[in-house]
Amino acid sequence: MKKQVEEKQDVVIRFAGDSGDGMQLTGMQFTTTTATMGNDLSTFPDYPAEIRAPAGSLAGVSGFQINFSTRDIRTPGDAPNVLVAMNPAALKANIKDLEEGGMLIVNIDAFTDGNLKKASYAANPLNDGSLNRYEVYHLPITTLNTNSVQGTSLSKKEIDRCKNFYALGLMFWLYERPLEITTQWIHKKFKGEIAAANEMALKAGYHYGETAELFKKHYRVPSAKLAPGKYRNITGNEATAIGFVAASQLCGKPLLYASYPITPASDILHELSRHKNFGVKTLQMEDEIAAAGAALGASFSGGLGLTGTSGPGLALKAETIGLAIMAELPMVIIDVQRGGPSTGLPTKTEQADLLQAMYGRNSESPLAIVAPSTPSDCFAMAIEACRIALEYMTPVIYLSDGYLANGSEPWLLPTIDSLPKIKISHPTDAATFKPYLRDEKTLARPWAIPGTPGLEHRIGGLEKENITGNVSYDPKNHELMIHLRAEKIARIAQSIPDAKVFGKEEGELLVLGWGGTYGAITSAVEEMQKRGHSVSSLHLRYLNPFPRNLLKVLNSFEKILIPELNLGQLAFLLRGLYSIPVKSLTKVQGQPFKVKEIINGIEEILKTRKVETWSEKRLASPQH
Amino acid sequence: MVGETARVAPALTRQDFVSDQDVRWCPGCGDYAILAQVQKVLPELGIPRENFVFVSGIGCASRLPYYVNTYGFHTIHGRAPAIATGIKSYRPDLQVWVITGDGDALSIGGNHLIHSLRRNVDMKILLFNNRIYGLTTGQYSPTSEFGKKTKSTPFGSIDYPLNPISLALGAEATFVARTIDSDTQSLSSVLRSAAHHKGSAFVEIFQNCVIFNDDAFKEVTDRQLRSDNMIQLEHGKPLIFGKNRDKGIRVKDWKPEIVTLGQNGITEADLVVHDEHSADPTYAFFLSRLESPEFPVPLGVFRSVEKETQDQLLEHQIKAAQEKMGIGKLEALLGSGDTWFIKGDTK
Repeated sequence: MKKQVEEKQDVVIRFAGDSGDGMQLTGMQFTTTTATMGNDLSTFPDYPAEIRAPAGSLAGVSGFQINFSTRDIRTPGDAPNVLVAMNPAALKANIKDLEEGGMLIVNIDAFTDGNLKKASYAANPLNDGSLNRYEVYHLPITTLNTNSVQGTSLSKKEIDRCKNFYALGLMFWLYERPLEITTQWIHKKFKGEIAAANEMALKAGYHYGETAELFKKHYRVPSAKLAPGKYRNITGNEATAIGFVAASQLCGKPLLYASYPITPASDILHELSRHKNFGVKTLQMEDEIAAAGAALGASFSGGLGLTGTSGPGLALKAETIGLAIMAELPMVIIDVQRGGPSTGLPTKTEQADLLQAMYGRNSESPLAIVAPSTPSDCFAMAIEACRIALEYMTPVIYLSDGYLANGSEPWLLPTIDSLPKIKISHPTDAATFKPYLRDEKTLARPWAIPGTPGLEHRIGGLEKENITGNVSYDPKNHELMIHLRAEKIARIAQSIPDAKVFGKEEGELLVLGWGGTYGAITSAVEEMQKRGHSVSSLHLRYLNPFPRNLLKVLNSFEKILIPELNLGQLAFLLRGLYSIPVKSLTKVQGQPFKVKEIINGIEEILKTRKVETWSEKRLASPQH
Repeated sequence: MVGETARVAPALTRQDFVSDQDVRWCPGCGDYAILAQVQKVLPELGIPRENFVFVSGIGCASRLPYYVNTYGFHTIHGRAPAIATGIKSYRPDLQVWVITGDGDALSIGGNHLIHSLRRNVDMKILLFNNRIYGLTTGQYSPTSEFGKKTKSTPFGSIDYPLNPISLALGAEATFVARTIDSDTQSLSSVLRSAAHHKGSAFVEIFQNCVIFNDDAFKEVTDRQLRSDNMIQLEHGKPLIFGKNRDKGIRVKDWKPEIVTLGQNGITEADLVVHDEHSADPTYAFFLSRLESPEFPVPLGVFRSVEKETQDQLLEHQIKAAQEKMGIGKLEALLGSGDTWFIKGDTK
């Protein structure tokens, strides 16, 4: 009997299981197939820091959420419509997020007394009525999987490890997705009997959906009306890595990436180390400090030197970054932010390194800061980070975060011609060369590189004499140099685009954000605009210096709300720089904002009566 | 880019390597002698001046790059080997020298030192060992003797010192040598050997700090004492020392022993013969443990072996990748993985 098909606009599914259950892999496979079907999508992997926490424990629960749609979407979704729970711990950790009436698929084979106890369930939630609010499907996935994997000599353990493919097959049927892409992937990744078993499980799951009485209908999510062109699905870390390779091609210099493994930045090192055929040199150094040093050494010798890390590593690199500021050498430091302080929440997201990036060095040590806003925007901003570093001879901190790094979305591939050109020149004339004789427009110093005859010179961390670059302890010179270094960074503003307002360019409320909160803020603001409120948003991709039009935009609204995954760091900067009142909306749970949370924040500030306090004391013009 | 020795350099002299900066070490400092020998050896190497880079950390020794008229980078405390690794990795055509001291290399920068040595990064590391912190006005260093009284150890140091040569050998350095600031002949000869070595060359230089640790190496610098307190290492020659060259080192029960030639039937044939090319570092380590006052201090080249360098390995990997995968094309990289097309008419 042919089953009914119901059309849906968008669906949010969360796969949850033990960290050894392969939930990330399952989610990624569902994503790849969904992407190639032309849906818009956004993903959110959420996994524990422990590689294999005790099996069945709450600490070991790993989840992968995907929002896919026939419309243009920007976030992985607030609440899943569907939850696949592979064991009691996964159910316990995730059920609170499932929407009322949502579909819950549970592997009942895993609901043993032992596993229930590990998940701290006093009674079996499958029988006690606590799940009545949901559409629950009790499936013995372990048993069904074992029965489906026939005629192999694999051990029970090996067969059990196929059960995520069984669940994936079922989901493919439920949402009308083809199996081919995953089947091909299985045979690329696995060999022999393991590959065959995984494929059998995948197909069996699919056919189970089709034939079992349990499911009365399945769903269709038609493709989205995306801009025409060639697409791929991409995570923030992949886009970052590819962006740096692109920047290296655009400026005609091989890149050197030096790093020390750290979550959630390591994937950038992994990705770049695969691209040696682009002349990419990757060094896994002995520590974070050495990684920063090697990158700076590459820059000193005329290269594109990059180093990547997360917050704790940025702290260790601070002194080397200070040297890059003093020596005025180009360098890009990638900080994929995670929950802190200290080791904090290594696998969870946060935006609390903004002030560390701005001020986390001794003395007056300004540098440029950029922040991508979506996984695919990481590509563009990686190129921008390099452009600024090379044009202005300065270190640039590129602030990504765990949410952008691991999340993914479809990416309309840019054409090579549309990418910016990065121009570099190296002096060769010994008669006119002075190491700190600056470019009039940018204030960048000339980049004379070793191997150039007649331009031999010495630089270093001691204060430089203006123009000659010789060591100088002169008080007035020091003051001049401090100002020149600050002015150089301020002048970067002349090379960056104006910030673009989403919505009307003036009104009651501006919601201002930066980094990975773009999707949630924009979706919330769009919803409030639909409801007729005077709300616009502005998302900053350049954090130091700010775009030239920022103050003008801020002054065009009565109230300013700044949602951040920290305790108000951008708000702190704006209050300090512009003496303007702004309201913070903060969240520090290691989780991204939900759209709903931002809508609530907007509703609250719109109710505030004291409008006049929001428009007092504003400076006439930006400081730079 | 020009190879280190690929081009015939114009005839250079010592004067070509003197920068326009005034040298600001204390009068009588051992650093002057080292600087002079460096400036003497560089023009002999046949390398264009612009292809030298001197990198240093922090400390008295680390000011040296300012005085040598090559490319130079005075960096931060302890990090010179890491920064130099980046330079050599990016530009294998450059000859890279690292100038460091006992605090810079062995205390704050210990990690970078051992890792650059184990990777065999092709750079020459000159460690000026004066067994004291000079620039911070006289605290004990990782090579200061146990019990040493300094500003920070008024009751004597309770830290056991480490032996830089043993450390370098433990880190698998391919070239390890020791010399003295005041012995110009030994100094220039060791610097020359280090410069010609392809790979990490580690040179410990006993350097006298006249202000905070004067005469720290008296037993090997004093004309009256030195012959009895040092062994000049020569490849293929037995370990003989002493004013009358009648003493030697032999091995008994895996331990070194001082013997006198001619006594108890001892001849040169009983002595250890120096082999700097021994592939196994055990012998060099044994030598490094000969310490004053029990034994004469060995000076010269402890170890010199060939091993593929880090920059060569890196270049080979890139070449191999380009041969296998073809030179990278950006368009192909962007479109790698699973891609799909959205047709124009759906808009």
